[in-house]
Amino acid sequence: MLGLTHYLVVAALLFALGLFAVVTRRNSVTILMGVELMLNAANINLVAFNKYAAPAAMQGQVFALIVITLAACEAAVGLALVLAAYRTLETVYVDEINIMKW
Amino acid sequence: MTGEAIVFYLLAAVTLGSGVMVVTSSNIVHAAAALVPAFLGVTGLYILLNAEFVAGIQVLIYAGAITVLILFAIMLTEGGTGLGTRQRNEQAAVGTAVAAAMAALLIAVAVRTGWAPPPAGAVLPSYTPGAIGQSFLRQNILVFEGTSIVLLVSLMGAILIARRED
Repeated sequence: MLGLTHYLVVAALLFALGLFAVVTRRNSVTILMGVELMLNAANINLVAFNKYAAPAAMQGQVFALIVITLAACEAAVGLALVLAAYRTLETVYVDEINIMKW
Repeated sequence: MTGEAIVFYLLAAVTLGSGVMVVTSSNIVHAAAALVPAFLGVTGLYILLNAEFVAGIQVLIYAGAITVLILFAIMLTEGGTGLGTRQRNEQAAVGTAVAAAMAALLIAVAVRTGWAPPPAGAVLPSYTPGAIGQSFLRQNILVFEGTSIVLLVSLMGAILIARRED
């Protein structure tokens, strides 16, 4: 019998994968890919809680749609920042972007 | 094992397998391409959860738009596979430990919490696009309008940031 826990475990593993990418990747574009994976994990949780905890309401799905919208905003602004940084600093590797480091 | 469970494990395997490829591949174009099956697996999970409208939006925005945007960003910056460059920083061991600890913590919480069973005899309402639209224009109108402003501002900001200064 498939339950809420199954979906939560998948979402937890996906979140951990995204976190791993954010912590260990050097390329800022792949860091943004990790953020997208983490947002997807959060969305799975929202939709699963909608079905199993409050099936009469629609808030989980509404929230998931809003998170998808904000993820699109985040990707657009994030990648624009990467392009701007690449234009001025000639690198996309986050450990080389350190001109404000003391 | 019911058919639903088989489909669930298949979709979870596709999602997590491609997710592993996204985070470990040293070829960043392969990593970006592996995002597509990961997002499509999540789409399948949404369909299993009776959220067909969210699934459609997921395909349109994630599998379509965001993946293409990421590929464009790769091409507009270094424009290569990144195979000749080190893609991982010195924190690989610490990062693995942190991610594993986070996964263990979340899974422990999910498994050990006694989730209330779904209300007995409750019939799932049909989450049609019409019903979701009604919900957006009634109880969630403030969130809806706020999101539209955020969308407008962020797209203008993205253009302004990425524009070449003359």
